[in-house]
Order: sequence, then C-alpha cells, then structure tokens
Amino acid sequence: MLLMKKVFFFSLLLLTGIAANAQSEKYVKSMEKLIQAMDTTWNTDRLVELSNSFERIADAEKTQWLPYYYAALARVNAGYALGKNNAAEQTDPYANKAEELINKADALEANNSEIYVVKKLINTLKLIGDVMGRYMTAGAASAEALAKAKSLNPENPRVYLQEGIDKMNTPPQFGGSVEEGKKILEKSLEKFKAFKPASSIHPQWGESVAQRFLSR
Amino acid sequence: MSAKPLLLLFILMTGVYSLHAQTRISGKVTDKKGRPLYSASITLKDSYDGATSDSAGNYSFTTTETGSFVLVISASGYQQTEIPLTLDQPELKVDVQVKEQITELRAVVISAGTFEASDKGRTTVLNSIDIATTASGMGDITGALKTLPGAQQVGETEGLFVRGGTASETRTFIDGTPVNNFFYSSVPNISQRGRFSPFLFKGTVFSTGGYSALYGQALSAALILESVDIPDESEGRVNVSVIGLGAGLQHVAKNKKSSWGVNYDYTNLWPAFRVIKQKQDFYDVPVYHTADANFRIKTSATGILKYYGYFSHNKTGFRTNSIDTLGYKDAFGLKNLNTYHNLSWKEKIGRKWRLQAGTSFSVNNDDIDSHLQDGTNKDILLTGLEFKQFGLESRGRFYNLKAVLERRLRNLSMLRFGAEYNYSNERSVYTAYNGLRFDQRVEEHIKAAFAETDVYLTNELAAKIGTRFEHSSLLGKVNIAPRASLAYRLGEESQASLAYGIFYQNPERRYLPSPYDLNFSRAAHYIAQYQKVSRLTTLRLEAFYKKYHNLIKTEPFNNTTVAANNNGYGQAHGVELFWRDKKTIKNFDYWISYSYLNTKRDFLNYPGALTPNFAATHTASLVLKKFVLDWKTGFNLSYTYATPRKYYNIFDDGTGSKIIDQGETPDYHNVGFSMNYLPKLGTKKKGQFTVLVLSVNNIFGLKQIYGYNYSYNNIRRQAIIPPSRTFVFIGAFISFGVDRTDDIINNNL
Repeated sequence: MLLMKKVFFFSLLLLTGIAANAQSEKYVKSMEKLIQAMDTTWNTDRLVELSNSFERIADAEKTQWLPYYYAALARVNAGYALGKNNAAEQTDPYANKAEELINKADALEANNSEIYVVKKLINTLKLIGDVMGRYMTAGAASAEALAKAKSLNPENPRVYLQEGIDKMNTPPQFGGSVEEGKKILEKSLEKFKAFKPASSIHPQWGESVAQRFLSR
Repeated sequence: MSAKPLLLLFILMTGVYSLHAQTRISGKVTDKKGRPLYSASITLKDSYDGATSDSAGNYSFTTTETGSFVLVISASGYQQTEIPLTLDQPELKVDVQVKEQITELRAVVISAGTFEASDKGRTTVLNSIDIATTASGMGDITGALKTLPGAQQVGETEGLFVRGGTASETRTFIDGTPVNNFFYSSVPNISQRGRFSPFLFKGTVFSTGGYSALYGQALSAALILESVDIPDESEGRVNVSVIGLGAGLQHVAKNKKSSWGVNYDYTNLWPAFRVIKQKQDFYDVPVYHTADANFRIKTSATGILKYYGYFSHNKTGFRTNSIDTLGYKDAFGLKNLNTYHNLSWKEKIGRKWRLQAGTSFSVNNDDIDSHLQDGTNKDILLTGLEFKQFGLESRGRFYNLKAVLERRLRNLSMLRFGAEYNYSNERSVYTAYNGLRFDQRVEEHIKAAFAETDVYLTNELAAKIGTRFEHSSLLGKVNIAPRASLAYRLGEESQASLAYGIFYQNPERRYLPSPYDLNFSRAAHYIAQYQKVSRLTTLRLEAFYKKYHNLIKTEPFNNTTVAANNNGYGQAHGVELFWRDKKTIKNFDYWISYSYLNTKRDFLNYPGALTPNFAATHTASLVLKKFVLDWKTGFNLSYTYATPRKYYNIFDDGTGSKIIDQGETPDYHNVGFSMNYLPKLGTKKKGQFTVLVLSVNNIFGLKQIYGYNYSYNNIRRQAIIPPSRTFVFIGAFISFGVDRTDDIINNNL
C-alpha cells in the first residue's frame, strides 16, 4: 500500500513534469518551425501568415517576448517584400501593425538591442514610403533606434548589418557610400562569427543577408 | 491489485498524446457587404492554432484541442470578432462577418471650408515647411496662405481678406485663444508682416468659412495656429541676413520632459533700403527689436503646459509728397511696443475626458505722429490743413481666458463644451495741432459659452453640430450662433461636405466709441465641398454663399468717423479650386488655386451696395517647388494673378455720401522666386545645420496698383503702389546641437 502510494506520487510527479516540459517543448518546437520558415521566405502573404502565427503563440504564452519580436519582424519584412517604390499607403499598414507588435515585445523585455533593431526596420519602412515628408520624423526615429540598439549591445551583428545596408542605400548627396557600407557589412560578418544566440529560438538571422549585400 | 492503477497511469500518460480528437475548422471571412477579407488572422484563443484568410476570404486549420474555445478574428481596420465554439466534432464550419472599425485613418473628415497645414492631418494641404518656403510668402504665414483659394491679393494693407470679407473679419487664434495684434501696427499704404515666425507652429488651420463653434468674433475666416511641443533636442541658432541679426537657444532637459528657450532678433532695414529704393523717404528707417521666451513642461504622460512670451519694439518714420497740397510733404511716424503672453495646458483626464485651457495677455502701445512739412522738411501749419498735424497714442490691453472640455463618445464621436472670456481695454489720446486732447476709452467684456459634438455614424458619414452663445458688455447684447457641417465619403479617396453657420462680430474698434446704440454684425455661411485626396495629390472644389446682415454704417462725427447703425448688408458667392500634385513629375511639386468671387456690400460710408475695393472677381495662383538633390538646393517659384479691383472716391458733402470718382485698377501680377541652399544636407544631427536663403518678390518688377488715394478736396488722386517694386532677401540660418557647441568651443580653445 505504501509502495503503491509512493509509485502513484512518483508517477504523478513524472506526469506533471512531462506535461510542463511538453508545454515548453511545444513552444520551442513551434517557434523553431516558424523561424526556419521565416529564413526561407520573402513573400508578403507568406510573411503575414507567419506573423499571424507568431502572434498567436505570443498571445497564448503571454509572457514570452520572442514570439512578439518575430511577429513584428515578419510583419515589417512583409512590408519590405512588397518591393521598392511602394508608397506609404501600401507600406504603412505593415509598419503600423509591426510597431504595435514590437511595443508588446518591448513591454515584456525592456532595453533589448534586438528589439531596437526591429524598431529601426519599422521606421525605415515608414521613411521609404515618403522620404521627403518623413525625413525629419521617421528618419530621425530610425537613426535613434539604431543608435540605441548599438548602445545596448555593441556586439549585436544585426546593428552593423542595418548600418551597412543603410549606408549603401543612402544617396551619396546624403552621405551614403557603397564602399563604406560594405566595410561596415564586413564588420558585421566578424560580429556574426563571434555571436552566440542565447537559445535556438533567440535572434540569429542576418548573416546571409550581409553576404548577399556584399556580393552586389 | 497494486499493478492496476500503475497500468492505468501508464495508459493515461501515453494516451494523452495519441488518443486526442482532431478538429478541422474552416470557413470564410467577409465584411458587412459580403466582400471577402484578405489576410485576416483567425485564432483559437489561448492556443497556437489558427490561420490566415486567403484572397477569397477562406481559411482552414486543424487543432488537437478539445472543449470550449473562443475563435478570434482580427484584421486591421475591422473590429475584433469573437465566436465561442465547442470542439467536439471532426469538422467545424465557421463563416464570419466582421464589422468595419470607425478609425481616424478611415473615417471621413469634416473639412468644408478649412485648409489644414500641419505635419500629421490627413486633410493637410500644406506642411509647415511649405509655409516657410512658398516663394511669394517671404517667410510670412499669411503670405503663404494668400496662395490658397479664398484669399484676396490685397497689397496695400496687412491681413487676410477672405471671400468678400474685410481683413478685420479674419481672426487669428494661438493655442485656442484670440490674438489681438497679430500683425505689426498699420502704416499708411504699406502692408505689414505678421509678428510670429512660421516655425513657432506645428499646425495651421486656415478656415475660409463654416468653422467650429469653439471660435467666435470673426465674420469671415479663422486662422487657427497650434504651437510646437517639446523639441527633440537642444539647439542653438544664429541668423544673419541683409535685414538683421538674430540668435536663439532652445534647451531640452535630459529626460525630454521639459524645455525652455529664448530668442532675440534685431531687424534694421537701412542696408536694404540703401540698395532697393523706396517710394517713401524714410527719415527713420524701420528698426525692430524682438525677443521671445518659452517653456514647455510635460505635466504627465498625456499633459503639457506651454508658455510663450513675446516682446517687440519697433519704430519707423517717413515722408511722402503730400497729395493735399503740392510742394509739401506728409510725414508719418510710428513707435510700437507690443508684448504677448500665452499659457496653455492640455491634459487627459481619465480615459474619456480631455481638458484644454489657455490664457493670454497682451499689451499694444502705438505712438503715431503726423505732420505737414515744407520743402526743407520743417513742420508747417497751413490754414485749412490743420488736421494734418496730430499725435495719436493708443494703449491696448487684452486678456483672454478659455477652457474646453472634450469627452470621447462611441467610436470617434466627441462632445466638446467650454467657455471663453475676452477682455479688452483700448484707450486712445488724440492731440490736435492746437494742443487740444481728446481722450477716449473703449472697454469690452465678451463672455461666451459653446458646445459642439462630432458624430460619426459610420466611416462614411459624420456630422459636427455646435452652438455658440456670446454676451457683449459694450453692446449690451447677446447672440446665439448655430453651426453645422456634414461629411460623406464617396470613395476611397473622395468625399463631399456641407457646412452651415451663423457668425457674429462686434463693430470695429476704429469706429468706436459711438454715441449710438449698436448691435453685432452677422454673417451666414453656406458651403459645399468636394475633395479627393491621396498622399501625393489633392483636389478640392468648393462653392460658397455668404450673406451679411447688420453691417456697420458710419458717419462723420466730431472730425472722426464713427459707427452709426447696423443698416449695412451684403452678400458674396463664389467657386474655388485647389489642385496640388507631387506625383506627375518626380521630385516636383506644384499647386494651383483659383477663386471666383462675386460680392456686393453696403457698409461704412458706401452710398449703396457696391463691389468692395478689396475684392477681385478672379484670383489665381501657381506655386512650384523643386528640390534638386545634387545641388542640395530647393527652388520655389510662384505666380499670382488677380483681375482688376474697383476703387471709389466716396465723399460726404453734408447731404449724405456719394461716389464722385470710381474706376478699376489694372490686373495684378506677382512673380516670386526663392532658393534655399542646404550645404550640410545629409550630415544631419552632426553639428550644425545651415540654410542659405535668397528670396525675391515681384522678380520682374511688374507694376502693381492697389487703388487710389484722393486729396481732401477731391481734386487730385494718387495711385497706391508698393514702396518698391521688387524686394530681395538674402540670409543665412545656422542651427547647431547645443551639446555639440560645447565640443566646438572646447576644441577651439
């Protein structure tokens, strides 16, 4: 009887342990699957779908910042995937929704360099929609977010990735330079080599993007 | 016995993962009109499961969850919809119809009669940079607004003459409260500039009719200015130009919760007048000292307290050949001291309420002296022309207080109400040639209360209904002014609006005090508008009808002109067009405005209903802007044309006023050009930022005649023309981050 009781409690412990573990395993597995899908997707509709999926996980988990972070990243990339020469009318819905999502991530995880990288991406998307009209607002916010990302973690390779791309894409009259941009991208590659993500689902994207821009 | 539960446990443990039921949920998402919704997110609440609708609105997904759940459907621009369901069968079909959300982004905008210039509003026609860079504007707020439809090209005096109304029928408001001396004090036949820099304001609303019940004492138009908030960073500035020097400092606290600033500008037209010959002979070239100070404090996450204080002293004096007696000169001198202070507070109270309160105080002192002088510029007294020798001291004190409470209702609907108190005390002392002094004082207390509601029935249909109530202590009368406007969205980018309103205004100060019993003047506005706005193009068509009642009639009284009665009347109707296009030609921006105006009025000393001398039938403007990136230079060109205006010589020989001469001025043409060169463009936030400006008004020196002055005995007349045909402005504005200044100073020491 005593043995049976012990076995019962042991089993119960085991069972709850598995359940709890299964929960986080389910979270990690689902996230890994979606993150992998993101790495191979550059299509607006598909990225919106992924963003929705991340948001679902985020809403269900409630305390995890990563799914909101990826939901925002997928959403802002969906805006970029529309292609160049899209006016603010087209890109703003993506930027606004991404902003809403990244603010949720920010509320759960304050002062994270990765979150500011996404904020930078969002403001740059807004800027591209209306360069003349938003140079002073979104342009300044974008530069500010990137500076903050750098100050929070100077080792974050994605900071240099964005800085390099910006330098390459800015017209020379505004201080842009393809050559200098590439130098910064080289630096980002060094940082990528040294970078160790905190887990399999923490941000680690960007190395292939840097290589793609360098080969242009 | 002991193995059984163990077995059961194992079955349970392994079974949890294999024995679940799977449910496939599918369906279609549509809006209220049955159109499929693309990219809507469908989520089984608190699970990872869900889908995104495709272009036909269809979705489907499978879930291993069982029991009671809530299906959440969300899409941007639509209300989130929740549907409870029980997962107890392998197939579930859930079709969803979602309701459109009434949001600022989608809802129709109540826009009849208004032109908004700001950096945020969707109905924005110009932004603050446009105001500063419009070629003919010469950096003056009203200069740029004169290129919009509705405003007349009146060059001999300052102010906005809107839709057949006089300049005094347009009132200016800063942060809600009226401004009493928005322009520098009047000088005969020379239009004066506005006192305030366009860079002080983040939003400008120019309403050419049908405006909100929040504003009163303006028969024709309202210019509503909203001051800037806390700037992004500390900044110092220096400017040097052909007409003066200035410097300023704006300091922002580290936590960005407060800021303060001071500015000083010195303007002296001596060098400019040396080069550009003026029609007048200036014995006292205009000199202006202007200083201002401000502070802004965030009182909470949503509240801000703002102060702006302004001090100005300026003087001028000039001679012109006298029209009244040949060989003699008229001399006119003016000294002005003006101070203006505005304190305003905005705060959100709870989730639904907002308070906006403001108070302003200003003092305006004018000292005018008028003389008749001989060929050697000595004062001389001629019999019959003694009236040309006088002094006039005006002392004005103005105090305004206003509070508006706003409550959010369903959707975007709002209820606003509040009260306003305006006090003015204007004293004038007229000293005649013989030393006799006439001391007059006009004191007025206007108390007003108003209420207004914005009702959004759907994203397509909105209405604004309001009423204003005023009491004037001077007139001893009250008025009630209803206002209403309606907007209906016709398509993605187009909408139609209607506006109606009754507007009251006191008699003008210059015809007071009066020995007679007077009433408010009244105007009724009827406006219909169509507009189509996309981000790069704006098309706006407006038709209006305005009826004036109880306009002031004047009569001679003790050598002056006073308000006699309210027997005047008038009407104005017209059609206006505005088209702005940044799209057709890349990096090139232009706008066209056209106004047709038909107006007649009997007021002041008019012998009957006449087309007033400030109204042209057709007015058109073309404004071009091009920024050349490679040269870091912006080029701005503007052309304004107006058809002839009437002029009259109205004379009262004691038996009533009569027209003894009349005619039409020539057509009006003005071509303005300006260039802004930004040598440091692209290196923003790194040290200094420089703008070099070259601006030329009436570049081709076209002859402009605004009307005629007549001699007191009606035997001579003289064309009213600008002091110089062309004016050129060259200046440099340099601003730099304050934190950087320290670096620069340290590095150089």
